[in-house]
Amino acid sequence: MSSAVTTIAPPAELNLLADMTIATRNRWAMADIAEGMRLWRLAWALGWLDIRLRYRGSMLGPFWLTISTGVMVAALGVLYSTLFKIELRDYLPFLALSQVLWGFLAALVSEACGVFTDAEGVIRSVRMPYFVFSMRGLIRNAIVLAHNIVVIVVVFAIFEMWPHLGSLMALPGLLLWVIDALALTLLLGGFCARFRDIQPIVNSVMQIAFFMTPVIWKPTQLSESGIAHLAFNPFYDLLEIVRGPILGTDVETTTWIGACVYSVILCAISWAFFVRARGRIAFWV
Amino acid sequence: MSSRALIEVKNLSVLFPLYHGSSRSLKKMVVAAASGRLAQDQQQRVVVRALTDINVRLDSGDRLGLVGSNGAGKTTLLRVLAGIYEPVLGSLRVRGSLNALLDPNLGMNMELTGRENILLRGLYNGLPRSALPRLEEDVAEFAELSDFLDLPVRIYSAGMVVRLGFALATAIKPQILLMDEWFLAGDAVFMEKARVRLEEMVRGADILVLSSHQNEIIRQWCSRVLWLDQGNVIADGPSEEVLDRYIGTIPHHPIEALV
Repeated sequence: MSSAVTTIAPPAELNLLADMTIATRNRWAMADIAEGMRLWRLAWALGWLDIRLRYRGSMLGPFWLTISTGVMVAALGVLYSTLFKIELRDYLPFLALSQVLWGFLAALVSEACGVFTDAEGVIRSVRMPYFVFSMRGLIRNAIVLAHNIVVIVVVFAIFEMWPHLGSLMALPGLLLWVIDALALTLLLGGFCARFRDIQPIVNSVMQIAFFMTPVIWKPTQLSESGIAHLAFNPFYDLLEIVRGPILGTDVETTTWIGACVYSVILCAISWAFFVRARGRIAFWV
Repeated sequence: MSSRALIEVKNLSVLFPLYHGSSRSLKKMVVAAASGRLAQDQQQRVVVRALTDINVRLDSGDRLGLVGSNGAGKTTLLRVLAGIYEPVLGSLRVRGSLNALLDPNLGMNMELTGRENILLRGLYNGLPRSALPRLEEDVAEFAELSDFLDLPVRIYSAGMVVRLGFALATAIKPQILLMDEWFLAGDAVFMEKARVRLEEMVRGADILVLSSHQNEIIRQWCSRVLWLDQGNVIADGPSEEVLDRYIGTIPHHPIEALV
């Protein structure tokens, strides 16, 4: 019997220094992201694996989520259209879309806290770009989102709202979401590995944000001054740049500017943190 | 191999911050900062010196054994060489492809089938797609899983899991091989087969760093020994010389020594 090993490890080189200059730290952080992107197939496989494991043994798999989202949207839709005195056909498509998109945002933020601590075993036994785990978190939640899109499609079909060319304007918004999601997972993942009491804080912030953001209520229900204040809610701006185009409502320029400004701030904070903390994460998890 | 493998460790120290109790809590840090206690806290932060001022240079052909009691810093040093823990002081330079056999079940998932685990390992190692069939064939053959290859690892016998883990870990040939001692544990029948494969891998590697409590294995495989104690290098030299000194300090009859 042959035991010849013929698979050769790819060549590598590593030069690590304590007391790195800021420029070197930046280079390492950039290398981490570049190498992580090169391992996209691993991140993809791990993201799918998370979903498969979460729903193992259940026949419907992730479609359980679709069903529960659907039931929730139907129930909330009937209740709130009565409470708010809005026509169901005006309200339900809005609610379905908002609820699905918000579900993605909330789960992503909450799971961002665990992207590194969940991968503790791997991080401590092999040198691996941290960006891989960020991509894994994003991919996992994108897969869930993709399943929930069924709810939106069904509701839109019931009310005969068909996609129009303007819906494509949601794509730049989604691209911004991807960038923000990766920045956020790097930041929260590292921060939560260091400080273990962040997760509950993050969860309560998201809880408050859910009520403060027009997810189940419509921005038009606010007074003029109320609408003006909404721009200060980053979640509103980010939600609206994707939701508006799909619903066919106009997205204000200020909303777009707001979304971009908040994204730039988030990326800057995340980058500054990651550049500093990258070499320490292995000690923290 | 195009370039010669090299490991160069200079004045390397690793300090582990001990995050326990309040230092894990942001709330307490903020409260401490607000009440002006933070600076004091930072100086009093409890750190463990896992490695102190290590200097090692390994060239192609070097076979280094790490000896020392539990907690001497052997595994930490392996993790540093693998690039997992970055140096807190000093520097590390590694040239050449590297495989660190530290965790027997790295990335192995019980719910996946044997075949899926093999493919996942290939992805972890950043292998190109074209290398995957070869990897699969090699691991499947060595682990002798035959019909079980397409069943979840969860239903495997303990022996099969060990075989798969070992086959996966040793399926990729590096220039630099870092190995922790657990790799030498296992049942007798499998051990003989594993030893053949491991020896072949060790022979194929340019540099070997092996950490073990089994002095005979160190004697057999290593030409040089680094003796660590509480993160400090006690001795570094030819195997026989250092091992003899090291063994001299271990009580021969541990039970009597305790009495």
